[in-house]
Amino acid sequence: MDGFLNAIVLLANFALVPGAAYGSQLALGALGVTLIFAVLRFSNFAHGETMSFGAMITIFATWALQSWGVSIAPLPTGLLALPIGIIVTVAVVLASDKFVYAYYREKRSDQVIFLIASIGVMFVMAGLIRFIIGPDDQIFADGARFVFSVRDFRAVTGLEEGLALKTTQLVTLVTAIVCVVALFLFLGKTRTGKSMRAYADNEDLATLSGIDAGRVVRIAWILSATLAVIAGVLYGLDKSYKPFVFQELLLPIFAAAIVGGLGSPVGAIVGGYIIAFAEVLVTYAYKRFLGHLVPPDWMPDGLAQLMGTEYKFAVAFVILVLTLLIRPTGLFNKRAA
Amino acid sequence: MSQSVRTPRTPASPMRTVLPFAVFFLLIVAVGLLQSWTVALTILNMCLVSAVMALGVNVQWGYAGLVNFGVMGFTALGGLAVVVIAMPTVDAAWQAGGPGVLFGLFLLLATAAVTIAMRRVVTARLPRMVLTAVFVAAGLWAANTVLGPSTAAVEGVNPALEGYLGGFGAPVLIAWAVGALLAAAAAFVIGKIALGLRADYLAIATLGVSEIIVAVLMNEDWLARGVKNVVGLPRPVPYEVDMRTTAWFADLADRLGMAAVPLSSLIVKLAYAGLFVVVLALILWLAERALASPWGRTMRAVRDNETAAAAMGKDVKRLHLLVFIVGSGIIGLAGAMLTTLDGQFTPSSYQPLRFTFLVWVMVIVGGAGNNWGATVGAFIVWFAWVEAEPVGHFVIDWATYALGDDSPIRQHLLQNAAQMRHVVMGVLLLVVLRFAPRGIIPETDRT
Repeated sequence: MDGFLNAIVLLANFALVPGAAYGSQLALGALGVTLIFAVLRFSNFAHGETMSFGAMITIFATWALQSWGVSIAPLPTGLLALPIGIIVTVAVVLASDKFVYAYYREKRSDQVIFLIASIGVMFVMAGLIRFIIGPDDQIFADGARFVFSVRDFRAVTGLEEGLALKTTQLVTLVTAIVCVVALFLFLGKTRTGKSMRAYADNEDLATLSGIDAGRVVRIAWILSATLAVIAGVLYGLDKSYKPFVFQELLLPIFAAAIVGGLGSPVGAIVGGYIIAFAEVLVTYAYKRFLGHLVPPDWMPDGLAQLMGTEYKFAVAFVILVLTLLIRPTGLFNKRAA
Repeated sequence: MSQSVRTPRTPASPMRTVLPFAVFFLLIVAVGLLQSWTVALTILNMCLVSAVMALGVNVQWGYAGLVNFGVMGFTALGGLAVVVIAMPTVDAAWQAGGPGVLFGLFLLLATAAVTIAMRRVVTARLPRMVLTAVFVAAGLWAANTVLGPSTAAVEGVNPALEGYLGGFGAPVLIAWAVGALLAAAAAFVIGKIALGLRADYLAIATLGVSEIIVAVLMNEDWLARGVKNVVGLPRPVPYEVDMRTTAWFADLADRLGMAAVPLSSLIVKLAYAGLFVVVLALILWLAERALASPWGRTMRAVRDNETAAAAMGKDVKRLHLLVFIVGSGIIGLAGAMLTTLDGQFTPSSYQPLRFTFLVWVMVIVGGAGNNWGATVGAFIVWFAWVEAEPVGHFVIDWATYALGDDSPIRQHLLQNAAQMRHVVMGVLLLVVLRFAPRGIIPETDRT
């Protein structure tokens, strides 16, 4: 029995808890992509850079707060700076809509044109970010490092294996839950949220019923940018901030949104966790895990790893391709692909 | 599709085609005079390679309206071909694990073939899914069991310098053709899977597949040393050092009154430029011929109205697959040329921002659907990409002059000045897309 508990704790420490945190970050990112897709009907390639931009502004605000001696320890100061990052990023994203996308919306251009325009926006944002903060790593997490550490856990439970919970992981999970609940209340209960869903379902019918299309589009951008900044900051706090990483993150986020079904908020969340857990569990080395469960002479020779850690991102793309092959509409989408 | 809405217009004058090229060559000459001829020729060579890449994308997007964001993957495959064809064979590695690797690869192919055959025979949905899963799992397990020890043995052979199977030691120019074929073969598989998806799904799927290709190249050391890179690839042109010992070179250096080292490097660059011009001219000629042929007319019909073309009895799926293969083959060729020019294969350098999206900027800015447009777009965009760095540095140096040399802001901005090239590209793309959506040299209207 002890062996079984040890095995579970080990898996939780190295795979399940990090996977849940990473999944929450992906889910928040994918929600932003899916909202834009539902309302504006294009895949926003600039979303990764939006996350990065928001995280960058938040980092600057964090540094300012730190230099003034403001602290909300044990929580990271970044959380306090988050609203500033959100406000600035929302302003930038709304400006990008006004100067770039609004024109094509009026012309009713094909979705591919929107997609190419979003690549232009991505280039501009990527350049500005690297120009302003530079291409290097920035660490801005402060406050308590652990909610409880491996040693605390061992002392309390007396197990051989330990389980640690980082503050950033707990913050990520709690923030994600708060955001998702707030988003669903907004979409389901408020008048604006309902009009947004109506617009997403049938643009012409909604406009005819007197829904202000411009307002719906603005709110979609605001929500998407807000979620992007939160996702970006949480990811930056949990790992570290590096402009380059957010570009790599774009594809897992797309994968999460597509697996769940582009345009479906529930799908984005489920997709985020599917991608995250698949990445973590497929590349986890099960050698020690099995060591607790099976007799020594049954042990496999190698690390008992399904795939090398280098292939972490590739797992997401394989799932993406499989989804497109088997069920291109995703898990939770009624609309045809 | 943007192309489907056409405004009646007079045919473009030939000046509109010639002028952008003239401007570009003046710019190159200006760089030669102001910076140095070595820089000018380096830029020109990369422009020529980029033009081939842009022609590949133009065939797919401009002719057929297919969004291929997997340019990077095909470029990398072209580069891989250079390693596999041109590098000398590592005999010790072949003895250590060659047969095992071959057998493992054979198992992978056999798994794919057997699975596809099974799916043809079994038609019921549930058994088909279960059997596919079982076959794929069994095949992967078997291949992994065989490949694991063999690749480990290969990678153990002189890991500092080799640790991979090496190539066939064939002339490097053969690798260009093989690179095109390799990319085309990959495009066949990807096209079979992904074509028929909606435009943005195709974009994301191709981007994902190209990331997988690069991930494999980065991590399978036995194939091309992964992130340890393969350096010292054979060249199709003479080496500077060898050239300097020849009689004709000494004679030429005397007559021009130039020092031997810069002259030899110029000659090598010119030789590359000559090779690339030949390839580019050939591809341009073929692409123009194809565009003017009945096949090109069919492609445009499919692009502008898929339903109508299908109703006229055109096999849209087949045409799309063909154009996807041809375009990707051209990109693969460009990838092989690029790796040959660099003289090394560095998988970690394949970044989507540089190898996929920049090529797209070239095609959109130059004029999608027009081969001359894509070519000049590649020339001008690559030029801007390279020259944005010194120009950006100069502008920031000038703008922050008042801050004084000790200012940390000035130092930080100067240090990151090169990043402004991304902004330049983005603004260029957005401005062209908005105000001149048909590009510098618009597609000719053929009625």
